[in-house]
Amino acid sequence: MVQDNFLGNYTSCVAARSTNRGILAGSQDGGIATGTLAFALEEGIIDGAIVSVMDPSEPWKPMPIVATSPEELYMARGTKYSLSPNLSLIKEATRSYGLDRVGIVGVPCQMQGLRKGQLYPVGLRDVPDKIALAVGIFCMENFPYQSIIQLVEDHGNTKLENVVKLDIGKGKFWIYTERGAVVQLPLKITHKYEQPGCHVCLDYVANLADISTGSVGTPDGWSTVFVRSKKGNDVWAKAMAAGAFETKPIEEVKPGLDLVTKLATEKITKNRKSLEERAKFGVGKGLRNPYI
Amino acid sequence: MGLFERILAIFKKKDVTVETSRTDASKPTTPGASPTGAMPAERAPVVEGQKSAIPPDEKVPTTAQSDRKEVKPVSDKITAGHVHMSGCTGCEVAIADNYAGLLTLLDKYVDWVYDLTLADVRHIPEMDVALVEGSVCINDHLSVEEIRETREKSKIVVALGACACSGNITRFARGGQQNQPQHESFVAIGDLIDVDVFIPGCAPTPQMIRNVCVAAYLLLKGNDDQKALAGAYLKPLMAVAKCDPAPTGCNHACGCDLIVGVINQGLCMACGACAASCPVRAITMQYGKPNIDRELCIKCGACFNQCPRSWYSFDVTNMYEGIMETIDAAMAP
Repeated sequence: MVQDNFLGNYTSCVAARSTNRGILAGSQDGGIATGTLAFALEEGIIDGAIVSVMDPSEPWKPMPIVATSPEELYMARGTKYSLSPNLSLIKEATRSYGLDRVGIVGVPCQMQGLRKGQLYPVGLRDVPDKIALAVGIFCMENFPYQSIIQLVEDHGNTKLENVVKLDIGKGKFWIYTERGAVVQLPLKITHKYEQPGCHVCLDYVANLADISTGSVGTPDGWSTVFVRSKKGNDVWAKAMAAGAFETKPIEEVKPGLDLVTKLATEKITKNRKSLEERAKFGVGKGLRNPYI
Repeated sequence: MGLFERILAIFKKKDVTVETSRTDASKPTTPGASPTGAMPAERAPVVEGQKSAIPPDEKVPTTAQSDRKEVKPVSDKITAGHVHMSGCTGCEVAIADNYAGLLTLLDKYVDWVYDLTLADVRHIPEMDVALVEGSVCINDHLSVEEIRETREKSKIVVALGACACSGNITRFARGGQQNQPQHESFVAIGDLIDVDVFIPGCAPTPQMIRNVCVAAYLLLKGNDDQKALAGAYLKPLMAVAKCDPAPTGCNHACGCDLIVGVINQGLCMACGACAASCPVRAITMQYGKPNIDRELCIKCGACFNQCPRSWYSFDVTNMYEGIMETIDAAMAP
C-alpha cells in the first residue's frame, strides 16, 4: 500500500486501456470507467451503475442515469465537462431500481460525498452497505452548463450541437467538431468559468474511490489507473484475469506518475490557499470552511 | 425480566424462558436470537441470587423467577434509553429496523434501561445515553419536566431524529387538534437543554443509529485508539448539536440551509447528495444545483447534513474502509 499526501492510498498504479474495441471507440481515453463497470455488471459484481449520459434536451448537458445493461453503460462513454449530480440517484438506485450492489462513477468530490454518506447516512437509508464499486475520475475543476455554452459557442465560435468531443489536455481546452475542425482554447480563458465550489476541493485523483482513473500521466488512448481499496483490488484482479484490460507499468510510460503528482500538488496547494483566503475574505469576517 | 428476554419471547411466541448460559453455540434458540449463540464464554450472564450451578443448556422457566429478579449481563455495557417527546415513534421504529443488528446491540453493548414502549420502567432512570425522540410541547408541563429530568440524569443526550434536533414537522403545528387542542407550541429539545449529539433525518436511518451506537459504546468503553476513532466520528454530530458549522441562517433544518450555508458560500460542487437524502423529494437538481420546493420541505435537515460541503471530516472519511469494517465486526452476531 502506497500512502501519498496528494495521490492518496493505493495498492497499484498502472497505465491501462480496455481490450474492448466497442468501449474504446467512444471513450475519452482508455475506457477504464466504462470497461470496469461493464465487466463488473457482466460478472454480477454490481447490479447496475450510476453513470452520466447526455441529456437529450440540450447538447452536452450531462444527466445521471441508473444503467442496468451494457448498452446503457456504453451510452455514458466519454467525459462531459459539466455538472452531473450522480449522487442524486444513489438512494433511487437502491429503492426504485431495487439494486443491492450499486456501482457509481464520480469525480473526487462526489466520492467524498459518497463516503460521507456511507459513514453518516443522514438521509440515505439502506444505502451504505449496498455500494459495491465506486470508480473515481481525476478532476481539476468542473464547469456549469452555461460556462460550456460560453466557452464553446462564444470563445470557441462553434455550435454546441456540432461538437463531437470535448477534452482538456496539454494545457488546453479542445473542441472537436463533427466535420473535423478542432478549436483549442488556452486554459487561461477557461479559469474564470470554473464552478466556484471546485476552488475548495482538496482532491485531484479521487482518493476515496475503489478504482480511480484519468488521462493524465499516460499517452493518448491510455489511462492512468489507481487501484485503492479491497473492493477495487478484487474487481481489478478479476478484470485482469479475464483480459478486460491491457496494461503497462506506469514507470514505463510518458509522461508518467510525476506529472500526476505535479498536477495534484498544484491543485491542492492552490485550493488550500483559497481556503485561507476565504477565512479572511471580509473585514474581520470570513467565509465558511466546510472541513472540520 | 429484561428487554432481551422479551424480544426472545416475541420471536418464540411462547412462554419466556431464561437461558442460564448463552455459550452453547450449537443450539441457537431461534434464527432471530442466534446472536446469543456466539457470545463469548466470559460474558455468560450471572443470575443474581443463584445458589447452585445449573447445567449450561438447561432452560429455566420464568415462573421460577421469584428469587432471580433479572438476568444481568456481565459484559461492560453502557446504559441507554429512549425518551419519547412529541414524535411519531418513527425514530424508534428506525432503531428496530436494524433487525438482528438491534439484538446484537442489546446483547453486546447496550442495556436498554428506559423506553415507554419496550421497557417496563415508569420513570426516567440514570443512564449513559438518552436518545430523545420528538420535540417538546411547552404547553404540556409533563414534557417539559421530562426533558429537564432527561438532561439531569443522562451523561449524553442524543437528539434522535429531526423533531428533537430541529422541530421538523412539529414546527408547523398550530394547535386545535383533538384531544389536546391547547397543544400548539413545540420546540426542539436544544431550545431547552444542552444537547450533545444530533442524529438528524426524518426518520433517521437505521445505519446512522447503528453507527452512532457503536461509536458511543467505543467512546465510553473502548481502548485509547477506539476512543480516538469514535471521538473523531462523533465530532461533527456534536458540532451540529452546538450549531457549530458556521452561520447557515436556519438552524440546519430546511432546504434554505443549502442555499444559505452552501451555495451562497460558494461551496456547492453539484454532487446531488442533498436530492438523494430528501425524504419528501422536495429537491430536484437543476443544471447541477439543488432546486428546493419549500412547500414540500418538512425541515428535517437531512439535505444540509448529508451535503459533503456542509461539514466534512477528512480524518474520518479517509479511514472509511477501516471504520466500516470495524462497525461490521462490531455488529457481527
